[in-house]
Amino acid sequence: MPSSGSRPDFAAIAAWVKPGAKVLDLGCGDGSLLRFLRDARNVRGYGVEIDDANVLACFNNGVNVIQSDLESGLLNFESGSFDYVVLSQTLQAVKNTENIVKEMLRVSKEGIVSFPNFGYWKNRLQVVSGHMPVSETLPYQWFDTPNIHNCTLGDFEEFCRQHGARILERRVMNGNHQVKFFPNLMGMLAFYRFEQQK
Amino acid sequence: MQDSSLIDIVAPQRVRFDAPLHLRSGAVLENYELVYETYGELNAAKSNAVLICHALSGNHHLAGFYADSPKSAGWWNNMIGAGKSIDTRKFFVMGVNNLGGCHGSTGPASINTKTGKCYGADFPMVTVEDWVETQVRLADHLGIEQFAAVGGGSLGGMQALQWTLDFPGKVRNALVIAAAAKLTAQNIAFNDVARQAIITDQDFHGGDYYSHGVVPRRGLRLARMLGHITYLSDDSMAAKFGRELRNGALAFGFDVEFEIESYLRYQGDKFVDQFDANTYLLMTKALDYFDPAHKHNNDLSAAFRAARANFLVLSFTTDWRFSPERSRAIVKALLDNEMNVSYAEISSSHGHDSFLMGDHHYHDLVRAYMDNIVV
Repeated sequence: MPSSGSRPDFAAIAAWVKPGAKVLDLGCGDGSLLRFLRDARNVRGYGVEIDDANVLACFNNGVNVIQSDLESGLLNFESGSFDYVVLSQTLQAVKNTENIVKEMLRVSKEGIVSFPNFGYWKNRLQVVSGHMPVSETLPYQWFDTPNIHNCTLGDFEEFCRQHGARILERRVMNGNHQVKFFPNLMGMLAFYRFEQQK
Repeated sequence: MQDSSLIDIVAPQRVRFDAPLHLRSGAVLENYELVYETYGELNAAKSNAVLICHALSGNHHLAGFYADSPKSAGWWNNMIGAGKSIDTRKFFVMGVNNLGGCHGSTGPASINTKTGKCYGADFPMVTVEDWVETQVRLADHLGIEQFAAVGGGSLGGMQALQWTLDFPGKVRNALVIAAAAKLTAQNIAFNDVARQAIITDQDFHGGDYYSHGVVPRRGLRLARMLGHITYLSDDSMAAKFGRELRNGALAFGFDVEFEIESYLRYQGDKFVDQFDANTYLLMTKALDYFDPAHKHNNDLSAAFRAARANFLVLSFTTDWRFSPERSRAIVKALLDNEMNVSYAEISSSHGHDSFLMGDHHYHDLVRAYMDNIVV
């Protein structure tokens, strides 16, 4: 498998993706996750991205990208047309969270999301001390953050229960390490694989 | 080694085809000539050829200059050339004047060898499919079995789409810029007003004006003025002309008062000296007829089942003639077929004409796409 370099989150997602699968990466940024999945897992796929500079970076990375606003839904994509839809560290920045998750479950067999765990102890400590948290996974100040829908592991799992998503697998990371104990306190990044409740 | 001072000097070439061409209309052209230009070198494997198809008023002169005319830059000179986005150090780029054109290829103003007179109204209707067929014949003549890319803007992008459907084995990448998979009723309406302007000009003579020693100037001028309005955006016209007055004050007459009037009349006059009215009629008809989904029960996704190419689809935010929505319909059909496709919606104030402009982001996107093509 090609090296995921300094991106253990890429490796975590790749570990869940079957070789040769068809993948849609929502908010794909510069396309480096898609490129990694293509090289590591031989996936076919598309990225969806709104930002001009990121779209150009995707072109340079040689991955398929469709410039489009996630907030307006995934009308370009047919129901059930993907094996996986990935929302990598984007969930917390979308406005209409419920609609995105609904759309993910519509177009794909399985969804994979990753997000910074707001329940991470360093974040909690900063809130307790009277400040909005600034950390490795939440590097923004309160006034310039794109992250408008932060959540904890507990919040997301409750959300899935309420929105008909069945969680298939969870992985919680702290840097390069997987967190087994007190994940909602010790985990920086959370990964979930889920499907439509049958 | 080419002298670098001459690198931008180009010259058109001409080739005659004597095999009859059966057109979609049912008509047959017994023979015809095509004029084309090439830039860069065809590699030994003949794997670096790029065909750029022209739009309504374009021609084969894509890039570079003619030796005797320093102002004769090709219509896509900002995109094509050594070190440019479509880099002629990597690619062998060619442009063809479409059949029915008025810049050297056989068209209505050419002499019909059967009659010894200009074709005029006798020149048959040509379609996008017919053009692609002639372009394939030209490629065969040059020994090019497969293009690394076929592309173009507007009507040129439609030809690129048609290539991927009719000759999927002959095109590896399609650049479809500011195009649409068919015209809307509004598009056809604009075209018909343009045609009516030409046809009702008393100097049109049913298309045989050549033998009367006149051209339907007023009609072609009006057609171009109307077309020009639809190529620009409301915003770009407002920014460029606003309500500026030519002479600073209202004159209460019908001569030029507003700057926009001056601009459009100038564009119309200039066009009449460069373009043949019959060709304008033919090109607008080819636009109207283009509809690859039609024979697939209007299912564009079904039409693209034949395609094998990778696609670059680009649209411009202020293009209302072929809006981003039209490009998204193409993208949707490609996605339905799991084709490789990248799509960007470029912010530009220049309307449909944006595809000819030098916007950095636009040119960077094309460069990045072309750089990734393996030759």
